[in-house]
Order: sequence, then C-alpha cells, then structure tokens
Amino acid sequence: MKYQRIAAVAKKEFLHVIRDPRSLLMGLALPMLLLFMFGYALTLDVDRVPLMVWDQSNTPASREFLSLFTGSRYFSLAGSTDTYREIERSIDERRATLAIVIPADFARSIDAGKTAQVQAIVDGSDSNTATITLGYAEFIVSGYGEKILLENLARSSGTTVTPPFTVEPRVWFNADMLSRNAIVPGLIAVIMMVIAALLTSLTVAREWETGTMEQLIATPLTGPELLTGKLVPYFCIGIFDLVLSLLAGRFIFQVPFRGDRPLLLAISILYLVVALSLGLLISIVGKSQFASSQFAMIATLLPAFLLSGFVFPIENMPFVLRIITHAIPARYFVTILRGLYLKGVGLSVLWGEALFLMVFGGAVFAIAIRKFSKKIV
Amino acid sequence: MFERLKTMLVKEFTQIMRDPKMRFVIFGVPVVQIFIFGYAVNTDVKHIRTAVYDQDNSVSSRELTAQLAQSGYFEIVRHAEGEEEIRRLIDHGEIKAAVQIHHGFEATIRGMRTATVQVIIDGTDANTARIVLSYAAKIAGRFSTQILMDHQARGSGTTGGVEPVSLASRAWFNENLESRNFYVPGVMAQMVLIVTMMLSSMSVVREKEIGTMEQIIVTPIRRWEFIVGKTVPFAVIGYINVAMVTVLAVFWFAIPLRGNLLLLFFATGLYLLSTLGFGLLISTVSRTQQQAMMSSFMFTFPAMLLSGFAFPIANMPLAIQYTTYLNPLRYYLFIIRGVFLKGVGAGILWPELLGLFILGAIIFPFAVQRFRKTAA
Repeated sequence: MKYQRIAAVAKKEFLHVIRDPRSLLMGLALPMLLLFMFGYALTLDVDRVPLMVWDQSNTPASREFLSLFTGSRYFSLAGSTDTYREIERSIDERRATLAIVIPADFARSIDAGKTAQVQAIVDGSDSNTATITLGYAEFIVSGYGEKILLENLARSSGTTVTPPFTVEPRVWFNADMLSRNAIVPGLIAVIMMVIAALLTSLTVAREWETGTMEQLIATPLTGPELLTGKLVPYFCIGIFDLVLSLLAGRFIFQVPFRGDRPLLLAISILYLVVALSLGLLISIVGKSQFASSQFAMIATLLPAFLLSGFVFPIENMPFVLRIITHAIPARYFVTILRGLYLKGVGLSVLWGEALFLMVFGGAVFAIAIRKFSKKIV
Repeated sequence: MFERLKTMLVKEFTQIMRDPKMRFVIFGVPVVQIFIFGYAVNTDVKHIRTAVYDQDNSVSSRELTAQLAQSGYFEIVRHAEGEEEIRRLIDHGEIKAAVQIHHGFEATIRGMRTATVQVIIDGTDANTARIVLSYAAKIAGRFSTQILMDHQARGSGTTGGVEPVSLASRAWFNENLESRNFYVPGVMAQMVLIVTMMLSSMSVVREKEIGTMEQIIVTPIRRWEFIVGKTVPFAVIGYINVAMVTVLAVFWFAIPLRGNLLLLFFATGLYLLSTLGFGLLISTVSRTQQQAMMSSFMFTFPAMLLSGFAFPIANMPLAIQYTTYLNPLRYYLFIIRGVFLKGVGAGILWPELLGLFILGAIIFPFAVQRFRKTAA
C-alpha cells in the first residue's frame, strides 16, 4: 500500500466532508446533544413523587404518619382528598403517582395492638417509577412500624429499646447512586458507534450512486488503499468526539475516573476502528445510500442503545437476547468503560472484552476489503 | 382534478412497494423493534445475583439469609468466605450484591442491642442499585420487625405479635409492574415518526435529486395535489404500522388494551399532521437524500429521547420539561398509554388531543407554505 495514494484519497474525503456541513454538524453536534441530554435530562432516578392523600383517621398519629411522607424528599404532596373518585382522577390525569389512604381506625388499631392497614395505590403504567415509589413507601412504613414497636417495648419493659439490627448499605463505585455516573461512560460507546457507523455507512454507497466509483476504479488505487483513505476523516471526527466526551465526563459531569488513562485511550481508539469498519462494511454491502443508512441504524445504533447494557441491564434480558448481545461490540466497550471509570479495574479483568474487540474489528475490516475487491472485479 | 390526484397516489404507492428495502423498513423494522423492546428492554429487577458472607452462622443469621432467598428478588449464588472474595466477584461482575453478617449477630440481638448487617451493592448501574437497596431494606426491615414482635410477645406473655402498620399496595393499570407494558405500546409512536417523517422527506427529496421533479413540474399537477400525493401514502403506511403494533402487542405480548381503539386512530391522525408536516419541512431544506436523512435523524433522535418514552418527563429539569410541550411524541405517547393501559377516554385525554391538534395545525400549513415546486 502506497502512502501517497492513501493520503490523496484521504484529502479528497476531507474535502467531501467539509463541503457537507450537515454531516459535519451531525458528527459534532449530536455527541454534544447526547451528552447534554443524558447528563442532565434523561434519568431513571426518582424524586419528588407527586402524592395524593386521604386521611380518614385525622388523628395526631395519622398526621404524624403522613408527615413522614410529606417531609421526605422522595415525595411531594400533590393534594388531599376525601373521595376515591378524586384519587382515580388524579392518577388518571397524572397529577399523582401514588395515593395513600389511611383507614379511619388507624390510631385505634395501633393502640389496641392490632395491624392498621394503609392502602397504597400506585400508577403502574411506568413500572420502573412505580417499583421505586413503592419501595420508598414500604421503607417509610416499616420504619414507622418499627418505631411504634420500640415505643411499646420500652413502655412495657421500662427501659429504652433499640432496633434488633439495622442495614448498613455500602454502595460500591457509585456511592450516591447517580444515574449519570453509570450512563455517561456508557454514552461514550453509543456516541462513537453512532457517529462512526452512521457517517461512514454513506461514503462508499454515495460513490456508487453518483457514479464516481467507476472513475476511482479506473485509477491505480487498490481496494485497501481506497478504503483506508476513506476512513481517515471519519477517524478524525471520531477522535474529536471521543476527546469531547472524555472531557465532558471529567469536567462537566464530574464522573469519577479510577482506571488507567492510557488504557482508556488505547481501547477507545480500538473501538473507534471497529465502529468505522462496521460502517464501511455496511456501506459496501448496501447498494444505495438509503439502504445503507437504514441498515446502519438497525445494525449499529439500535443495538448500541438497547442491547449493550447502556441503559437496560443485560441480566434482565431473556436468554436468547443475552446470547445475541455477545455479538455486539458496544456491549464489550460499555463493560470496559464502566470497569475503567467506576470500578478502576484494568486489563487483568477486562482482557476478554478487549480481545473480542480486536478480533471483531480485524474480521470486519478484512471482510470489507474482500467484499469491495469482489465488486470492482 | 381527482384523476391527477389518483395518478399521483398510484405512482407513489407503486414506487414505495416496488423497492424491497422500503418494504423491509416499513414492515420489517417495526416487527424487529417490537420484539427488541418487548424482550430486551426490561428494567424489572429480579434474580439479583448475591453472595452471602455469614460470619455468625447462627440460627438468626441463617434465617435472615433464607428470607432473602425466599423473597424472589435475590438469588444467592455464592456463600463467600471473605471480603477479598466479595471484591473479586463484584469486580468481575459475577454478583451484583453481597450481604455480610458479622460475627456475634445473634448474640447482639439476644442481648437487645443493635447489630449491623452490611449490604454491599455494585453501584455501576445506579437504577438497579437503588431498587436492590430498597428490596434489601424491606426484607431486613420485615425480619427486624418480626424479631421485635417476638420480643414483645415474650414480654407481654401473649403468643405472637402484630406489626403496627402494614402497607396494602396495588398497582393500577399494570398489576405485575411489567416494564414491557410500558414500552411496547410506545414503539408505535417511534415507528410512525420514523416512517412518516423520514421516509416522506426522503421521498420528496429523491425526486429533486434524480431529476424527476422537473418532469413533474411540467405536468398540470397542482402544488397541493403533489403534496397530498406525497403525504397520504405515508399516512396510510403509518396507520398500517399502528395496526401492526397493536395486533402484536395484544396477541403476542398480551398487553392489555382497555380503551377505545377508535380514539387511538383519531389521535394517530392528529399526530400524523405534525410528523408529515415536519417531513415536508425537512424536504424543503434538503437538497440530497442524505441531507434529508440526517436532518430527520437530528430531529427524531432527541425527540424520541425527550418524549417520555423511556425516561420519564417528570424526572427532567423543569426547563426541559417545558420544551417537551413542543414535542408531538409526548402527547401521542400519553394517549397511547392512556388507551392501552389506563382505558381512559377523550374526557381525560382531551388536553393531549388538543396539544396534538395545535402543533399539527401550526406545522403542516407552515411546511406547505414553504414548499415550492422548484427544482432547486
């Protein structure tokens, strides 16, 4: 492979890219947009859940019980009512996510040593929020129950009593359980896959569609030289996006980074090459720009988003899908990123993932070259 | 006049159906998406791989472990022998949580003092971590209360005791809190957006790009007939997609459909006003198909993320929540979930219907205005 030829193709591709402001915009603006959205707007963390209450008991005990909810940062009082109809409407209209109904005999039951049944009605349509909301509610209720028991015990035994045991949570790697610490590293994988694959997928197809490919074939360029030259500008855009994401992660979102920085860069570049090769292969195999772009979206964007463990945990997926995720490069990169950022582990743990990326990248590029040569001949 | 319109429609449909790749995008992609969203997208947290490091090995500690295992949430995959082992297992991702019961657990409880149980959670997936923590706290809380009740019973001489307050919870619309009920109907909104916006804009631009636009201009066809001819086929395809997703959702995934389908179809029509309008708008600012595709993508991607499809709008900062009022997907998703899961009707959903109508009534005419039957 001659260096000058590759450089010539690279220069031509650069000019193409610069003359197409829309692709350039997408390559640069989309990552920033994604970083912004996932860093600030998109989160599964649940706070200030709107709460509707119906206190049928209206005693100091019930009011104290309610104050545990309204005083908690997890709930925000949306209103109080005295009809089921209003509760139904508030949930239907999404004014409240949780409704608490305190029975009329609340205080009496507790004093008599019986169980007071408090009703909780949660809007189940968003199951994730509902699960978390119920979790908060149960937590408050069991805390209150324990307090009552302790008071009773103290009264009957005449001494102060402490709870039998408490749970001391230790959350490793992400003590505040911030979604963004989990999502921002994974986002890097998505951004790079989207940019590299989507942009590259159009290059070869465009040459075929506009007829300039035949002119290129007539030159002394060999297949590998042409393909390598074509990748150069997109590689540069990818590096730019990578650095942008890493800097944003560090300075804007303050995601802790506990691993080895050179290792991060090396593997990121490896992943970039994999993504570019994938886009290239799609571009060669797809016969039109339209087909290539659609296929690129299904084969790269969708898996990177949904099947890589980026937002939706792979453990929750059915067996068949879990097997399929083994064929998706983004999955391995997300694992590597999380390992490097949050867990601070190195190659000794992540070697399997890194190896897969290398093999996958090499194979895809080789197939791309073979398919391309076949078409020329 | 109708002759010209009919000819235009026939031509469009033929062009669309003739292209096998188009057919795949229209019929294949929705199916693929539904299956992926129906099966892969799952935020339900069950079978949490857990290790137990029981340093006490007493009746109480084993009872606690048993309660964790029986809850259905935790899957005890290992009995660890030390902190080193726990660290290794979590680093390698083999377990997500570990419970450490210190030596002297039972003795401390018997002595009416407070023992601590450590629950170690892998925080890399913050959402799961939070849910796991709440489950652990719930089970531990229940066990702790049980012990207290036993103490109380012994103290007062009666057998057994009761917990003072219990929470009887019911989840409306989605009794078992399955996340797929939330996601699968939402796929409809996405599909319609992609098909009607992206494909319609690319279809118009293709005529410009390959030069057939000039041929159309010299025909007697009027501007509005051209627009209708370009948008109606994709509207029809959009409806077909809605029907496909509905059928698959109800008959394959057993997702409840409690509301009025006609209301859904009516809302779809309003939604299409916006999406087709945007498609038309994009076609007026794009000269090549690639530009059309990129522009559509730049719009659909953020629109989908900020629509409340996967990430609740309520969790977003207030300023961003206000911007979602301009997003037709937001209203359409609310209506879809209302019809499928909540079974409500226009009486509750009228604000969203109105929102869709207003957006469509602004965007579509604006796009038509901008649209000039020029070749440039």
